[in-house]
Amino acid sequence: MNIEYYLKRDYIRNLISQGKRADGRGLNELRPLTITKGYVDDKACGSAYVKLGNTEVIVGISMGVGEPYPDSPTSGVMSTSVEFRPIAHPNFEAGPPQPESIEVARVIDRGIRESGSIDLDKLFIEEDKIWLVFIDIHILNHDGNLIDAGGIASIAALLDCRMPKYENGRPVRGEWAGKLPMTCTPVPFTFGKVGPTIIMDATADEEYAIDARLTVTTSDTLNAMQKGGTGSFTGDEIKSCVEQAFKRAPPIKAIIEG
Amino acid sequence: MDGRRFDELRPIKMKVGVLKNVQGSAYVEWGKNKVVAGVFGPREMHPKRLQNPTEATVRLTYNMAAFSVDDRKRPGPDRRSVEISKISSEALTGVVQVHHYPNAAIDVFVEVLQADAGTRCVGLTAASLALADAGIPMKDLVVACAAGKVDDEVVLDLMKEEDNFGQCDLPMAIVPRTGEVVLLQQDGKLTQEEFNKAFDMAYQGCLKVYELQKKALLNGEAQQ
Repeated sequence: MNIEYYLKRDYIRNLISQGKRADGRGLNELRPLTITKGYVDDKACGSAYVKLGNTEVIVGISMGVGEPYPDSPTSGVMSTSVEFRPIAHPNFEAGPPQPESIEVARVIDRGIRESGSIDLDKLFIEEDKIWLVFIDIHILNHDGNLIDAGGIASIAALLDCRMPKYENGRPVRGEWAGKLPMTCTPVPFTFGKVGPTIIMDATADEEYAIDARLTVTTSDTLNAMQKGGTGSFTGDEIKSCVEQAFKRAPPIKAIIEG
Repeated sequence: MDGRRFDELRPIKMKVGVLKNVQGSAYVEWGKNKVVAGVFGPREMHPKRLQNPTEATVRLTYNMAAFSVDDRKRPGPDRRSVEISKISSEALTGVVQVHHYPNAAIDVFVEVLQADAGTRCVGLTAASLALADAGIPMKDLVVACAAGKVDDEVVLDLMKEEDNFGQCDLPMAIVPRTGEVVLLQQDGKLTQEEFNKAFDMAYQGCLKVYELQKKALLNGEAQQ
């Protein structure tokens, strides 16, 4: 069992019940967000470093040539994975992916995939040959809200991504031919429920106090949602979170695209 | 697509107490889906380091049989089933009176024998029936149902073809007595108005399945 969980949970729940947060933010206030595109630009096709408060994430995009799936023979393929590196938090251990990191990866993946953000139809090369896009999310410092930080970093890295030059059936390393075709910028928001109160952009300590969380990813439409945690939301709360997510997206979108 | 109204469920059959070696079990047929769920526990949690001294841990394991889908599914857990197991476990933890059984594990196994879209909803519905059949104290049953969007129309309970070519899927699970939503996922494209409509439709679908669940627990089986 995790002692820190019991020690911090009551303190933070008590604060939030009074409408306050440990770092002085408002309940719906996000932490400062900075994005550095092309952070590792020598080898990776695209990359971005994102700092959301003290959560630090780096995403690298690798592209390869592969075979399409039989049910979509002319579309490219994307895959998303998240590594909770032991360097990022004392509770992260080396080893095979845990359900927590698989969930984070799949929620981020759905937001990008379902929004049609990567124009997969343009990643067709020739018969039985398509581009594979690998999104690898590396957590460097975990201070909560990994889904939003990872999702924002993934989109920023995709917008930064160059297409490798293609010659004689394989990519030429280190030479580029244009940018990865992108259509829109999905933005994820994760809401945390603490007792009857809903907060946004929870820190790692606040995540100890959360009963349930809800991630809502929007572009011009609603693209992905996921509820996690053992608690629950009411229908009205969910509908208001969806409304918030649509409303709060434009400034974040501007930072990602900027 | 199969001649149903937009807000009509597929035919559903439920049966409880179908397995001998478990404390509680349930079998649910939902359209072409066939799912069986079984419960062990409360029993001692192993490995011991995962024991929680304040409450029981509810672990749901979702597994698809290799022959449950058109192209053989490679047996064993994959990323999809790990995610479904995790969020379904969390959904059940919310209703089971876990504080009665410190250090215990309540293991729920969901086996999908035949899959035709919406298996996570069928699995969770069967799982909560199996928990009730095992006599494990709960606040209420958990009941799940999905809505979605096909051909720009918001519809209830997608079948396989609709799911594959549809524009959106919204699986949801609720605790009917309190109206709490304990599981919610969405993927695809929906406007805010369409979401509100799909949400209400899935909620009403859940309530219909809930009536069937109660009937199945009283009579041993139920169908619609």
